[in-house]
Amino acid sequence: MTRSRFNIFRFAVPQNFYPLAGKLAPIFAVTAAVLFLAGLWISFFIAPTDAQQGEVYRVIFIHVPAAWMSMFIYLVMAFWSAVGLVFNTRLSAMMAHALAPTGAMFCFVALWTGALWGRPTWGAYWVWDARLTSQLLLLFLYFGYIALINAIDDPRRADKAGAILALVGAINVPIIYFSVKWWNTLHQGASVSLTKAPSMATTMLMGMLVMAFAAWAYTIAVTLWRVRSLILERERNAEWVNEELDRLEAAA
Amino acid sequence: MLGPFIAVLRRDLLLAWRGRADVLVTIGFFVVVACLFPFGVGAEPNQLREIAPGILWVDALLATLLSLHRLFAQDHADGSLEQLLLSPEPTVLWVSAKVLAYWLTTSLPLVIAAPGLGLLFDMEQGSLKVLCLSLLLGTPMLSLLGAVGAALTLGLRGGGMLLALLVLPLFVPVLIFGAGAVDAYLGGSGSDAHLLLLAGGSLAALVLAPWACAAALRIAAE
Repeated sequence: MTRSRFNIFRFAVPQNFYPLAGKLAPIFAVTAAVLFLAGLWISFFIAPTDAQQGEVYRVIFIHVPAAWMSMFIYLVMAFWSAVGLVFNTRLSAMMAHALAPTGAMFCFVALWTGALWGRPTWGAYWVWDARLTSQLLLLFLYFGYIALINAIDDPRRADKAGAILALVGAINVPIIYFSVKWWNTLHQGASVSLTKAPSMATTMLMGMLVMAFAAWAYTIAVTLWRVRSLILERERNAEWVNEELDRLEAAA
Repeated sequence: MLGPFIAVLRRDLLLAWRGRADVLVTIGFFVVVACLFPFGVGAEPNQLREIAPGILWVDALLATLLSLHRLFAQDHADGSLEQLLLSPEPTVLWVSAKVLAYWLTTSLPLVIAAPGLGLLFDMEQGSLKVLCLSLLLGTPMLSLLGAVGAALTLGLRGGGMLLALLVLPLFVPVLIFGAGAVDAYLGGSGSDAHLLLLAGGSLAALVLAPWACAAALRIAAE
């Protein structure tokens, strides 16, 4: 076979992925910083004041991207878990591990900013709205995943057990979402609904999208850095890691 | 094909029968917890009647949760789990048998005990019937999902609390439709939709959960 064919599995080897992650992480970090500044500038200075909610609506620029990311990261986690189980690659499980704290963080940010937004607009920090409740349950799923992989000492068992849990959770997320939605509509009328909000100004949408891409780039950068640490920790008995550590020590 | 299934089912039922105290403790827990609520929220009959389905369902969830460790822990400790894993019989088959035995010895007694507790909360006959039916249809899903959690946390330190954190979020849909069935019945819209969804959920879990459980057991025993 000729060498011209690009082999995707080349980077499934931690030793090969480590330098790649090292190169990519700063690029994404800078991208995240630039997009974040641009997004904040759009959201605070360009986007118009909302006719109904006034200035307080501006929390949307952090709230919505965080909520998107928290759900998306769980799916990515489940994807890497499935890849890890199917191909038995160590790196996939490490990716899932590295993603979990960031996902939980975004989940928490979405809930927190939602509470701060809810107080002035709905009059309460928390209502048992379908979206809020399923977001809360998603946070619990993240906690469960993180707790499980930390409770298992053997890394390979932690990888596989975590992968199964992530997949079971991913199947359950839509079930939870729809059951909670139905439960909510049965109990209380749609007194608070984000879906019925008036159509957004394009600048608002722009700000939100830019912030979403910033969150995206941030997630990639942080995950790559975390996965590098995980690789060093897991492969600490390998020769190349010792050489790398010596090099890092000499540079410091 | 059914030979090992029946053998494991019989063995687990026999073990449960010889350790009757464990089963009775679960029912005792179920009854005591339900009896605590009137002390907490006040003994106003109308209020109690209104919250009874929710209380009994949460109670059933907790009773299931606290007895889940029984499912595999004993076999893991004395090595018979490894023997079963090494046997040529399909893992999914005997895992299903174990879960069925667990359901028969833990959840079914709860379903039978529920009407008595419903009377304490002054529930009327029609809603009692719906409650029991919802428990009957929903608890298989609890047992199956719980079995996956029990297999994942097998032999871990702090396993009990961890198990709660893992499976309780997954139990939420069952709770919603289970308690919702009684509310829908009382609200006049009929409980059929809720009961059908519970049954559907249990069937889906029956198809998927034994596989996840078998995989988790293999990982735990590695």
